[in-house]
Amino acid sequence: MDEQLKLIKEEALSAIAAAETPESLNDIRVNVLGKKGSLTALLKGLRDVAPEDRPAAGQKINDVRGEIEKALADAQDNAQKKEQAARLAVEQIDVTLPAKHHTGGHSHPCTIALREMERIFIGMGYEVVEGPEIEKDYYNFEALNIPANHPAKDEQDTFYINADMLLRTQTSSTQIHEMEKGRIPIRMISPGRVYRADEVDATHSPVFHQVEGLVVDKGITFADLKGTLAEFSRQLFGPETKVRFRPHHFPFTEPSAEMDVSCFKCGGKGCSFCKGEGWIEILGCGMVHPHVLEMSGIDPDEYTGFAFGVGLERIALLKYGIDDMRLIYENDIRFLEQF
Amino acid sequence: MVTSMEWLRAYVPDLKCTDQEYYDRMTLSGTKVEGWKRLDKNLRNIVTGRILEMEKHPDSDHLWVCSVDTGSEALQIVTGAQNLKKGDLVPVVLDGGCVAGSVHDAGPMPENGIEIKAGKLRGVESYGMMCGIEELGSDRNAFPDAPENGVYVFQDPSLKPGMDAVEVLGLRDSVFEYEITNNRVDCYSILGIAREASATFGCAFKAPFVRFTEGQQKTADLIRVEVQAPDLCRRYCARVCTDVKIAPSPEWMQRRLRNSGIRPINNLVDITNYVMLEYGQPMHAYDLDTVEGSRIIVRRASDGDVFRTLDGQERKVDHDTLMICDAKKEIGIAGIMGGENSMITPDVKTVLFEAATFDGTNIRKASKRIGLQTDASNIFSKGLDPVNAEAAIERACSLMAELGCGTPAAGVVDVCQPIPALRRIKLEPDKINAYLGTSISRETMITVLKQEEVGFDEASGEVVVPSFRQDLKAMCDIAEEVARFTGYDNVPSTLPQSAATIGGLSLKLRVDEIARDVSEHSGFSEAMTYSFESPKVFDKLLLPADAPERKAIRISNPLGEDFSIMRTMPLNGILTSLSVNYNRRSKDVRLYELTGIYLAKGDLPITDYADEREMLTLGMYGEGDFFDLKGVVEDLFMKLGITREQEIRRGKNRVTFTPGTAGALRPYLHPGRQAEILFEGKNYGYIGELHPDAAAAYDIEERVTIAAVDMTALLPLVSFEKHYEGLAKFPAVSRDISMVVPTGVSAGEIENIISQRGGKILESFRLFDIYEGAQIKAGTKSMAYTLTFRDRTKTLLDEEVGAAMKKILNGLEGLGIELRS
Repeated sequence: MDEQLKLIKEEALSAIAAAETPESLNDIRVNVLGKKGSLTALLKGLRDVAPEDRPAAGQKINDVRGEIEKALADAQDNAQKKEQAARLAVEQIDVTLPAKHHTGGHSHPCTIALREMERIFIGMGYEVVEGPEIEKDYYNFEALNIPANHPAKDEQDTFYINADMLLRTQTSSTQIHEMEKGRIPIRMISPGRVYRADEVDATHSPVFHQVEGLVVDKGITFADLKGTLAEFSRQLFGPETKVRFRPHHFPFTEPSAEMDVSCFKCGGKGCSFCKGEGWIEILGCGMVHPHVLEMSGIDPDEYTGFAFGVGLERIALLKYGIDDMRLIYENDIRFLEQF
Repeated sequence: MVTSMEWLRAYVPDLKCTDQEYYDRMTLSGTKVEGWKRLDKNLRNIVTGRILEMEKHPDSDHLWVCSVDTGSEALQIVTGAQNLKKGDLVPVVLDGGCVAGSVHDAGPMPENGIEIKAGKLRGVESYGMMCGIEELGSDRNAFPDAPENGVYVFQDPSLKPGMDAVEVLGLRDSVFEYEITNNRVDCYSILGIAREASATFGCAFKAPFVRFTEGQQKTADLIRVEVQAPDLCRRYCARVCTDVKIAPSPEWMQRRLRNSGIRPINNLVDITNYVMLEYGQPMHAYDLDTVEGSRIIVRRASDGDVFRTLDGQERKVDHDTLMICDAKKEIGIAGIMGGENSMITPDVKTVLFEAATFDGTNIRKASKRIGLQTDASNIFSKGLDPVNAEAAIERACSLMAELGCGTPAAGVVDVCQPIPALRRIKLEPDKINAYLGTSISRETMITVLKQEEVGFDEASGEVVVPSFRQDLKAMCDIAEEVARFTGYDNVPSTLPQSAATIGGLSLKLRVDEIARDVSEHSGFSEAMTYSFESPKVFDKLLLPADAPERKAIRISNPLGEDFSIMRTMPLNGILTSLSVNYNRRSKDVRLYELTGIYLAKGDLPITDYADEREMLTLGMYGEGDFFDLKGVVEDLFMKLGITREQEIRRGKNRVTFTPGTAGALRPYLHPGRQAEILFEGKNYGYIGELHPDAAAAYDIEERVTIAAVDMTALLPLVSFEKHYEGLAKFPAVSRDISMVVPTGVSAGEIENIISQRGGKILESFRLFDIYEGAQIKAGTKSMAYTLTFRDRTKTLLDEEVGAAMKKILNGLEGLGIELRS
């Protein structure tokens, strides 16, 4: 039996070594270890062995079986690896072929600029609110310290619906709506459309957007206005941005200012973009006029506030280098796709 | 407003700064300088020269060869000018010098001027150039004595060859232009700007010297003034000058006017213009001999009156127009323009000066109505200080005396309403500092105020506001004065220290963001279009005459008919934009807009707020069809938390799309390819293919698919609540149904049956095949659905699925559907 066992083992191992495919390995398994396999037959022959020798003989056969099984498993493993390697080799792709895109659409540049501004002010605790575009004369003018016959009323080239109703010329009207709610503190920005009777050209549009800002609380100072807008400018135009405030006049703020930022193309040295000034005008702002607070039911002796108004298109044009306002409302897909 | 630096320095003598410094500091203290120019820009090496000899050029019939004494030497200069003669004193550019422009070229001046070099002209040496006024960067408006197309000739006999010609012409000066805000009427004057400069630079302000000797005659004997419309005329000052001698005004006055952009005319006219610029008070001069009855009456015109102004034009005036009249007739439109019948002529003997304070609003409106804007009306419109009227008329008389062109009669006739006492404002440094966030001392505040001629009463601690500063009314105004003259730059930069607030978007704006994301995810790019449009839009969109959409809010003063109504429907903007793209040959364009529409709540005209609704409008042409867009609409509802994936799959709580029915079709959409967007029976918008006629109206020759969703209506349905149901633990059972369906039966009807009859165990269903064509019976279509059943609590039994299927199939058979094996 030992002879037979040795022969089976040697034949099996050499056949395994010679096998090239998983199929031939399987054949060997069947021929040797299968129900009718040679080793199985040997195991069956144990019946003829003396009972006292059977355990030892059985042990020997099982050892051989173990060896062959291991050799088969190893060979199987090897064959699979080879086969996979061959498959992977032929599956090579050209990774430089063009990518497949799911092309989404594009937000309008004004929306992108607005989102930036909203992000900045929300981070500083501002609510974003809106107000009506068809507005009452009172909210657009009178409550903002621009009474009937005030020259500022003529200057703004207002579109009127009738004597009482008009298309708002400034988002400042939302200041009044917000203050009339009587909830203080107020920290809000209010984006929206405004209207002025300007003919369309490269820098004018009869419809455009403003973003109004308003803060009302105890102890709000002009210094707070400066600090807030300086922080806003750094976030919007980059950490190196410097700001400068020039005295100006708006009927609804006192003191009033216009704010310039250092030119973000040349850093303030002066270039063609900033017309050699080094500064670019960005917004108007000021301390809410105490009379405006009072008209809206807020005690100016207790509360103070600041307000500002930014032209959204102006920011988008400057920030993205758009050279013509008309592009904003034309919606040429080749324009929109660049944002 | 413009000022010449030379004139300004007359009142701020210690002002020493470069033009750039002046520009910077004035701008930062609140007098915004728009720009400036040096009048002697590019003018180099130009002297006065006397023509000693002059003869024809040997080789030319229009050139002259001159010998010119330039002070140090006699130069040979060739010129083409035909206005010269021997002995003339002219500006001469020497070899290597530079002029600003050219006589012949009317375009803008070259940036670096034109350099002049010695050279030959037709073979004759020329060592310089005699120049015309345009070459010196000016024009005949400023120098009316300059010839047209010729060399400028100095008239002043005291001038000698070899002087600096630029200096002699008064061009060693800079001119600054300002943007003055409407609260600072006082700054529409040299004196106002001078006060600002004085406070900005800390240099003393020196007011003009006004003193003159009056004649024997009394003004009151020469003129009587009656103001019949005191509401429109707060003050009327009149003075008379006798023995008037019209002559050119002196060079210094001409120069200042010239450099301020005003053409010098004669001493009398120049004085009124000079005082207007200097004091910001328009004046008028009448020939007293044309003023009948020696009376001035200030009254309203009558409706329908016609008046001839001194420019010879007939002007229609009305009851709200203020007129200056004599005893018999109208002689001027107050504050706007004088009449032809009383204008100054060269042989005037006695002049009547008027300096008045008219109501600004009235002048502004009258000027608009009449269609006549003048320098005077522009200034009056801003509302003037009555105190200034008297100061200005005194200054005019002082100049009359100084220039020797007339003798002021004694006294002023002054019809004046009481001038209120000067306003006093308590100076509260603590309040000002608390308001500004500064720590500026009381002394500094007082110094700053005094520098700009604002008074301070030490005894009462009050700021005493001069009459010309009507803009200073309260503490906040004083705070601004303090801040701008101590420098906005010196105010600290802080963040509010008050209680923290929670920021965020309103619900509506959050919803907008989601609508944008859904649209952009599906390839739509965001458009922005005007909120107003033409009423013709309704015709382009094929709407009948009685369509409710036509009830639009009209703008009373639109830019034109094309921009005259507030849109009541959102399609025009997006269709116009699609058309632009189509006609620029862009393919496969998808646009969306979050647009307002503006509906009258009641009848027109509106008397209260409009119903401003926000619409999401989507439009596309090229790749994609109705069902792509339908998918976007369904996505929108799902992303807004209105519908849920699990429910939609089994046909519950879905957005439904109902086809248009006869009588309720939208005329701008394809009758067979349009649907109303409903949810729980309520309409939230519409979707469809644009009607080919409407597409043609927008010049688009492809199928256009559009959808409009009423976001305002959708807002109350929005929910950000999420609820997890757990993952299914028991196996699902699938069944396919293959059907022959009569063409008239819609998928929606089939799905309703499946959904309603499938019971609780129906998990989902899906159409996986639809076929219409030759292979099957005419009038039918083949459709196949996969249905999936699952019980979340146990393994389904065959009988349960069978029972559900039976109910479904029975229902389908009810629709005339034939089941295939």
